Amino acid sequence: MRKLKVAVYKFSSCDGCQLQFLNLEDELLQLSDLIEFALFYEARRFVGSGPYDVAFVEGSISTPHEVELIKKVREESKVLVAIGACATSGGIQALRNWADAEEYKRYVYPRPEWVEVLRYAEPPSKYVKVDYEIRGCPVSKDQLLSFVLQLLKGKTPPTLPVDSVCVECKRRGNVCVLVAKGIPCLGPVTMGGCGALCPSYGRGCYGCYGPMIDPKPDALNARFKELNIKPKEIQLLFKQFTNWSKEFRKVVEEYE
Amino acid sequence: MSKVIKVDYLARVEGEGNLFVELSDGRVSRVEVGIFEAPRFFEAFLRGRKYYEVPDITARICGICPIAYIMSSSRALEKILGAEVPEEVRKLRRIVYLGEWIESHVLHILMLHAPDFLGYESVLSMARDYPDIVRKGMKLKGWGNQVISVVGGRSVHPVSCRVGGFHRIIRRDELLPLLKGLGQARDYARELLEWVLKLPMPDLKRDVELVSLRGVGEYPILEGRVVSNKGLNVPEDVFENILVVEQAKYSTSLRYALKDRGHYVVGPLARYNNNYDLLDPEVRGVVESYGYGAPLHNSFQSIIARAAEVYHAVLELEELISNYREPQQPYVEGVVRRGVGAAITEAPRGMLYHRYEINERGYVINANIIPPTSQNLASIEEDLLALSDKLATLNLEEAQWLAEQTIRNYDPCISCATHFLKIRYVTHPKP
Repeated sequence: MRKLKVAVYKFSSCDGCQLQFLNLEDELLQLSDLIEFALFYEARRFVGSGPYDVAFVEGSISTPHEVELIKKVREESKVLVAIGACATSGGIQALRNWADAEEYKRYVYPRPEWVEVLRYAEPPSKYVKVDYEIRGCPVSKDQLLSFVLQLLKGKTPPTLPVDSVCVECKRRGNVCVLVAKGIPCLGPVTMGGCGALCPSYGRGCYGCYGPMIDPKPDALNARFKELNIKPKEIQLLFKQFTNWSKEFRKVVEEYE
Repeated sequence: MSKVIKVDYLARVEGEGNLFVELSDGRVSRVEVGIFEAPRFFEAFLRGRKYYEVPDITARICGICPIAYIMSSSRALEKILGAEVPEEVRKLRRIVYLGEWIESHVLHILMLHAPDFLGYESVLSMARDYPDIVRKGMKLKGWGNQVISVVGGRSVHPVSCRVGGFHRIIRRDELLPLLKGLGQARDYARELLEWVLKLPMPDLKRDVELVSLRGVGEYPILEGRVVSNKGLNVPEDVFENILVVEQAKYSTSLRYALKDRGHYVVGPLARYNNNYDLLDPEVRGVVESYGYGAPLHNSFQSIIARAAEVYHAVLELEELISNYREPQQPYVEGVVRRGVGAAITEAPRGMLYHRYEINERGYVINANIIPPTSQNLASIEEDLLALSDKLATLNLEEAQWLAEQTIRNYDPCISCATHFLKIRYVTHPKP
């Protein structure tokens, strides 16, 4: 069997999603018999030229250089997979989309004129066709492995679970943090995949897998209001790691 | 003649950097370690966030050391709130932080750095000739990740930590199963340290100020005074006041120097040298049996300090987990009030400084974060200058590799520093 030729790219991000490949540990060594990491700067000095069968892309597009690079990645790759909150929704750095980018530069850098960024930090899908998405901040390494194994078996499209965090939480037998303790939780509108981690650790979901399919955030927003949560605090809840996703953005805008 | 080493995309580092080294007349005339990682403006968008959101947000600066960000930010904010965490919570923090040291250090030692010492382009190639140590290292790294996952829910961006402690009590019966893997982790950590102590070691001696926290009765992680091998000794609160901040045009990372003292280095080597007496005697015994000890002055030997810290971490975790007592309360609240707080903890790559100012309603007004890699940038360039003679005698390919290895000595985390690296190696003909 021919090895699957894979490229792993990083854009504006924290390295945490591509790290999940390295976190496969034992399985990584086995996987490297089946796939060739032809380009993976974090792991290898060797760089194999394209075209690639699959490119995994971490991070959002936030500089002119990154726009050029993502276009090149698209041209060189048969399949482009966006991994993680930054590559699927813009991620945490999309928080700057809500503010004055020039003021941000002046706040962080003594010489702001040397720093070149786009007005918005956005997912690669803004600029190129993205074939598949794997959600999460970070992506789950189990989902990543499952996805790669499905590709290897030729299953198209590869599928991942699409239940909400709320459903995963029920399945796990957790007591609902929202109902029982009044803790604001995005579980009812958030895509699962984490196994309802946050509620299992006694806190509300912070939406890091982004909106589920058809999330109806308005209903949850109304419930938060009934619980007398301050408007600004409701806004901050939706304005976190997937703030630039279409559905969460709508709620954030209501409170701007 | 003059030649140029140019690496557009540094490999086996966390994040995006490049290197440019220019040699003329057999000397290195210019070194630029650049960072083209996109700026992410964390300090800017932290303003207007609630204080309790800060640890989860700053964790996203780095997927390799999120615990470090969580802990420095939490401690800085707890100072403002007057929240003093009980000893049981502090010990649990130490457990999860040591888990991160193991995960991050073994990743660097085995997967990013050791291939340089043995001439492999990656751990995947090295694994063909060294299958046993690579397999054991992966297991060890996996155990570190397991420690983080048990306490934190997941190893990358864990969810259980908060300002004041943890969201819920982590039960003793959750932690104890970790001890099942401990015997193996202890053996593998010792084997990894011995393997590292036998690696061929390039020579590089440079008189540099090594800065770290100084532990009290234990190896420093969560707190301590800021000390150096050249007599620096200040509390964490005033550390920022003794710094000079610099910005280079070729880099999206700021860089730092000590006022009136110059550039300095943070990280495992500094920690190890400044706290050698606090390492487990078993660890010191192994190090000394191979003819090493303290202080170590060669930045290539940072790999020894890392491996020593991994073995120490495993030994300390055995004790911490075995003796773990659940706290009465998972966290302490403190009082929301206007104020400023600064704290330093020892991230795997070195001191991580956070300062926050919050208003009376608990919203962040100002934030400043100084990651370890930014503090080391200037010294990385100085190391390359110190290697000038050697770089000039090697062929371009060998010179480039040695230059890269020198940079990797610092386990640079560019994601953190962009708040790091482009190698361009330029050669001009001799006039």
